[in-house]
Amino acid sequence: MLTLDQVIPGSGVIVEKVGGARSLRRRLMELGIIPGIKVEVLRIAPFGDPIELSVRGCNLSIRAAEAQQVEVERLPTEARAGVPASVLPSTACYSARSRAVPGLAKSAP
Amino acid sequence: MTAARTAGTATETAEAARGVPSGEPPLPLLLLVGNPNVGKTSLFNRLARRNERVGNYPGVTVERRTAEMSLPGGQRALVADVPGAYSLSARSSEEQIALQAVLGWADNPRPDLVVVVVDAGQLVRNLYLVLQLVELRVPLLVALNMVDEAGERAPDPQALGAALGVPCVATNARAGGGLVELSQAIVARLARAQQPRLHVSYPADLLRDADAIADALPAAWRGSVERDRALSLWALTSLEPDDELVGIPDELRKRCAEVLARAGQRDIDREIIESRYRALESLLAGVLEAQPGVATKTAPSRTERIDRVLLHPAYGFAVFLAIMLVVFQSLFAWADPVMKGIEALFGLVHGLASQHLPAGFLQDLVTKGLIDGVGNVVVFLPQICLLFLFIGLLEDSGYMARVAYLMDRALRSVGLHGRAFVPMMSGFACAVPAIMATRTMERRRDRLLTMLVVPLMSCSARLPVYTLIIGALFPPSHMFGVLPVQGLLMVAMYLFSTCVALIAAAVLGRTVVRGASVPLILELPPYRWPGLPSVLHLMWLRARSFLREAGTIILAFTVVMWVLLSYPKLPEPQAAAALPVAAQIAAPGAELSPALAENEARASALEYSFGGRLGKALEPALIPLGFDWKIGVGIVGAFAAREVFVSVMGMVYGLGDVGEDDAPLRDRMRAETHRDGHPVYTPLVGLSLMVFFALACQCMSTLAVVRRETRSWRWPVFLFGYMTALAWVTSFAVYQGGRLLGF
Repeated sequence: MLTLDQVIPGSGVIVEKVGGARSLRRRLMELGIIPGIKVEVLRIAPFGDPIELSVRGCNLSIRAAEAQQVEVERLPTEARAGVPASVLPSTACYSARSRAVPGLAKSAP
Repeated sequence: MTAARTAGTATETAEAARGVPSGEPPLPLLLLVGNPNVGKTSLFNRLARRNERVGNYPGVTVERRTAEMSLPGGQRALVADVPGAYSLSARSSEEQIALQAVLGWADNPRPDLVVVVVDAGQLVRNLYLVLQLVELRVPLLVALNMVDEAGERAPDPQALGAALGVPCVATNARAGGGLVELSQAIVARLARAQQPRLHVSYPADLLRDADAIADALPAAWRGSVERDRALSLWALTSLEPDDELVGIPDELRKRCAEVLARAGQRDIDREIIESRYRALESLLAGVLEAQPGVATKTAPSRTERIDRVLLHPAYGFAVFLAIMLVVFQSLFAWADPVMKGIEALFGLVHGLASQHLPAGFLQDLVTKGLIDGVGNVVVFLPQICLLFLFIGLLEDSGYMARVAYLMDRALRSVGLHGRAFVPMMSGFACAVPAIMATRTMERRRDRLLTMLVVPLMSCSARLPVYTLIIGALFPPSHMFGVLPVQGLLMVAMYLFSTCVALIAAAVLGRTVVRGASVPLILELPPYRWPGLPSVLHLMWLRARSFLREAGTIILAFTVVMWVLLSYPKLPEPQAAAALPVAAQIAAPGAELSPALAENEARASALEYSFGGRLGKALEPALIPLGFDWKIGVGIVGAFAAREVFVSVMGMVYGLGDVGEDDAPLRDRMRAETHRDGHPVYTPLVGLSLMVFFALACQCMSTLAVVRRETRSWRWPVFLFGYMTALAWVTSFAVYQGGRLLGF
């Protein structure tokens, strides 16, 4: 299972599951990190922690310990083409228009 | 104007918070709410016209700014800000403020209109808060801010307003755009209510849960069906067994726990949040669909290009160090001439007052008490202003969040927040502005922990003391032929104090100010040009609140110190007789060297004063550290400010005022002997004394400013207690350990 802290900077992933303590989950989800959304890992801070993400066009920084609670999946199209998502440069940013994010429908409660 | 000013001095009742004395109809109250970094402060500064006041929210030390604004048609209103929040759900009493302020609970005045400021470039996330406010059915107006920055991504305010059912005005607070339209919309909105249209379709199970909780809500909270439901959802996401919320009835907690237990496999938090985001996404899609030419971003933004350099593991760190070097060097280099000028000016006024007032109690009170006291306060202003100028620029440009990002790993290992870096480094210049700088942290626990360890950083007032002791007691020789002993010692003192501060943070953070470890979720906002007027305005507000609140305490302490060091006066005829007796009573066995006989009247007067007696009374506690009562008097005097130690020691040894040149004092210290002929000052005593000065909280201004920032005497008393105890124990270990080793 891939978690957000293992994603190589520069690559985009889809959030599968947000775990961890309830208050952390709530905060992450309220900032828009909900299952089905695309997250891009931008970079990792000099001491190896925290990591910087781009979610819904906003740059957030969370610690590796917290990122470990977020299970992610490689972008389906890229993975299908046999190329690991982690090596692909990611360009598309989330916006309100590109809301047909794969996985959103299936993750509905 | 006058009416509001009288109210400004009144107590913090709901009426006074509205700025109107009872009897007159209260001004309508507008509340500015929004996510962090959306330009709320800029908008506040644009709207605020007069009577700006900085206070605190009831019960918590979270800043609350209020001011009067004028509306079209000559109407006036009061505008207040609410700390930035991404959501109304809360875990701590600080996060709870937003909800309390919006609903007018817990001694907050009930707002007539909530203006929610929204970043047009980050719509979905910002609208999450708007949605919560809509659900609570508070009177609402949306200020769609930063439309210029959002460019093509900005929605049409009319269309967005129509979709939300909430009036929506495009603004550009930083440049002052859209303010007229905003004022007109405020007037219109105050005049008539409007039903919001935004609707979230929650799962049926969730609605049943919410309704099951609704009747456990306290009667005072309940309103319309929609509000009850919204508050039930708030309670469901916010209440936890270990939360720090206040004023939550047990019945409500119990009911929420029952519902959560019954939910079993269902993920209630996710159901709520996901339903809301889904509603917002479809709403936005509808709004943007109608707008041709709304582009999705493609090329990396300007911020991303800057961050590639500024957050780079190598260059990013180099730039960071360079920026910090400029900031802290300027605290020393730029502030110093101004501080010298202020000191000279007050010296001049002191001299003039001495000439024109008849000698005696009144002259002493005015010159040594009041004028010196005001001088002691004003002298901090250059550093405070400079530090807040830099903090304002760093915050406003978006770099401060990057400082926290870069330093988080290092500071977290001792339990400090990444944002503690700037206050900690400022502590090398002076603890007073550094403690005020802790406000950049949102959490009380982080602020408190930083405040408690910042005074351990070796501030510039300790420098004259180190210089005196090192100069007097350590040879200007070199170790191994190259390393200067004196310079090494100075560096060692700075390293020592930094290490102790970090260790203290680790220990205090796990004991006294223990708090659940809070996940760091840091937004890295886009880089923006700082708005200089708003930065300068904030700097002025900080300086003013320091002068008003900490300044009065520092002034009072200065007068007390003056009384302690000047009274009781030596009775003239008995002077010669009383002196040895007093010395013998206070400290039997104290040495009466022949030098004492030649001392000037000032030395005897100082010795006879409360301060002198206190120094002697402290001697039993000081002997184990290697100090005699004269050093004790110096330590008492240094409470006014550490550098005063040098001049008090000059007075104790009858050398008069020791100014810049302390060579006579150094000679005198080297010559000072105990009764048995051993020198009082050995290098070991010097080391013990420096350690004591590095660790003891001998600074009334620090205590005054901690009192101001925490709004209680508890923390300054604790700070004084723990630092003094730490200083005593460490000096004891150094002195006694050194003696055991044969030094």
